[in-house]
Amino acid sequence: MDDKEITRGIVELIRTAETTLPKDVITALKKAYTTETGIAKLQLATILDNIRLAAQTHQPLCQDTGIQTFFLNVGTDFPSIDRIQPWLQKGLAKAITAVPLRPNAVDPLTRTNGDDAKPSPVLYWSLVPGDSLHIHALPKGSGSENTSRLAMLNPSDGIDGIKKTVVDTVTRAGGRPCPPTIVGVGIGGDAATALKLGKTALLRPVGRRHPDPAVARLEKDLISECNKTGIGPMGLGGKTTVLDVHIQTVPCHPAGLPVGVAMQCWADRRAHITIRANGTWEVR
Amino acid sequence: MTEYHLRTPIPQNRIRRLKTGDIVFLTGRIFTARDKAHQLIMTLQSSKIPKELKNLPLYHCGPLVRREHGKWIVLSAGPTTSRRLESTEAKVMEKLGVSVLIGKGGMGPATAAALQRLPGVYLAYTGGAGVLAATQITGVLDVLWLAELGMADAVWLLEVREFGPLVVAMDAAGSSLYPEE
Repeated sequence: MDDKEITRGIVELIRTAETTLPKDVITALKKAYTTETGIAKLQLATILDNIRLAAQTHQPLCQDTGIQTFFLNVGTDFPSIDRIQPWLQKGLAKAITAVPLRPNAVDPLTRTNGDDAKPSPVLYWSLVPGDSLHIHALPKGSGSENTSRLAMLNPSDGIDGIKKTVVDTVTRAGGRPCPPTIVGVGIGGDAATALKLGKTALLRPVGRRHPDPAVARLEKDLISECNKTGIGPMGLGGKTTVLDVHIQTVPCHPAGLPVGVAMQCWADRRAHITIRANGTWEVR
Repeated sequence: MTEYHLRTPIPQNRIRRLKTGDIVFLTGRIFTARDKAHQLIMTLQSSKIPKELKNLPLYHCGPLVRREHGKWIVLSAGPTTSRRLESTEAKVMEKLGVSVLIGKGGMGPATAAALQRLPGVYLAYTGGAGVLAATQITGVLDVLWLAELGMADAVWLLEVREFGPLVVAMDAAGSSLYPEE
């Protein structure tokens, strides 16, 4: 496998994520535009203008190029597992000047060395069958991340407790996470799993429901309840507070009910690369 | 939703007439300041306050900027979440002589009170609209504290043309478009 060629693929992955939005997000924003009026409509028009400009100029659509977050699904028969991390690091280092990315990493205690700090990506690893490597990039701005939340509910809080947690999180966030947002809800596991699951749920395209009809119904209920808050685009009032709510579940301890809510701004930047065993790659 | 095209600095009598829901486009000078700049300004003696910022709109923004052929080029420069700056904003506005804020998501009660006192306004720029904002920035006039604060937190003095649409989201009469907390 040609290290240089794959590093180029990583740069393209990051560039695609930073300068374009997936079709499903644009479709949802356009639909929201047709249903809103007044200031809410103006916000959506401005958002759609910005998406067009970013795609034309190949400039990062938001100045907060985010914390670089990657979900790596590694085929158990992928031939060069030891080289994945160096490819990512080199690709990211190149992307900083090539895309470019804003210096976005500081020491959490001293808050220093912003512009010189080495990029510190967030990596979520999993093993999958096959001989290919799939990487999802989800550069995430801090405006939305700051409003993400974990609730360790009691089992008796049940579905109502879950609903209340999600709607409260969206209400408390108000205009801060750049609504209309996409809300990823992870239910079950332990505290860390619930939050990670919520973030993973954000990878699902906007508009696609959970395959389990009961979970899909809960998603629909939550979309409607969140949109009743009236927070609206950018918190300036309106009918569209969320573009979608995505729920993922895993079993949990009988005495617990962890709920992790991962908030994502309208600039739901996602891109994907497949790197095959023969070294060829494809970004979409 | 009345639309205004204004030059900066905006005179006080003009600020007083801006009402929540009005749309504003700004032409002239504005400057950026977010977390670290606010903290630094809080520690400055009044004699050390940069005069060039006086009366100009303060933009909550950490821009993405590139140096090309000896010139600064702003590539993406939408607003950052204003609410992070609530604890110091009223004092910073007073220290700098600033009465117009630009940001996203709104401010808290202390800043709302300052806007009524000064008088001042809070103008909301659409969050995430970084490239659109960059196309409305026609020049970088100066950058303060770049070495200490870094690209995103430095104070960038910018020339803008028809910068907007900005929504008057909090006005000098105490009205706000954001839900009460």
